[in-house]
Amino acid sequence: MSPFDVVVVVGGVLLTLGAGFAIVRAEKGPSILDRTVALDIVVTTMIAGVALYAAYFRRADVVPLLVVLSLVGFVGSVTVARFAAVEPEGEGRVRTREEVAAEEAEKRRLEQQEEEARRRRRRAVEDEVRVAEDERRAVEDERRAAEDETRAAEDDAPVAPSSRDTIETEPDDEHHGGPADEETR
Amino acid sequence: MTPAWETAADVVSVICLLGGAFFAFAAGVGALRFPDLLARMHAGTKPQVLGLVLVLIGLALRLREGGAVWALVLVAVFQMLTAPVAAHMVGRAGFRTGKVRNDLLVVDELSRDLDDTQSGGPRRDEDV
Repeated sequence: MSPFDVVVVVGGVLLTLGAGFAIVRAEKGPSILDRTVALDIVVTTMIAGVALYAAYFRRADVVPLLVVLSLVGFVGSVTVARFAAVEPEGEGRVRTREEVAAEEAEKRRLEQQEEEARRRRRRAVEDEVRVAEDERRAVEDERRAAEDETRAAEDDAPVAPSSRDTIETEPDDEHHGGPADEETR
Repeated sequence: MTPAWETAADVVSVICLLGGAFFAFAAGVGALRFPDLLARMHAGTKPQVLGLVLVLIGLALRLREGGAVWALVLVAVFQMLTAPVAAHMVGRAGFRTGKVRNDLLVVDELSRDLDDTQSGGPRRDEDV
């Protein structure tokens, strides 16, 4: 069967060239989807190669291999396409070392800015609380000065000032004294 | 089975196998030389369906056994079912991640429809 030998050689050369070109594209491909398409072509070429082998040796037992290969090609390309769907812009490109460094620096700078802003905000809130506390203390001093003059019925035990740190602009209760550390009895 | 019939089947089988191999070769060349993703997909689809069917027909004519031929039909049907799905997903992912070159498109109906949708409704698909 000499003519069939020639056919197998020619077909094998064609398949090899096709798979080789596809592999070159898979290496060059600018995005992951180009690589997927190229590898799909490689899998299809492999199916054709196995079919050529089976035809040459009249082997029907490698036919299940064809089923498996077509399954693998489908699952592979769909999976890669699914993951590429969430790929951000420019992700498929391999970055140089300088680009990676610049990106890292940019990210760190942004983080620092964020941290700085957070600290500034916290400081502003603390200042506000301090101003409110001063105000409250002034009001209280005034009231105590007035109280000292009459100094009559003594107070019940002062409540533990658990809510000192919160903003409390004016004292809402007239009957007990101020915070414990300012108590002079 | 007369020998004449077998010879004819072998000849047709040889032609089909060579045609399938040529399609695989053309797909490789196209994938290497075409300029953008959609064109490469176009090149890659040729051996996936037509080339594969040719190769399977050639193999079936060469094997001439019932069970093997049915398995080959199964492969062809499966490939015809799955190739559009894979191509659709690859094409959609490529379009949404900007791998499609607009200057090479003759008509771009998807961009127009997406613009209509986005100006009409709150749905934005850009990040998917």
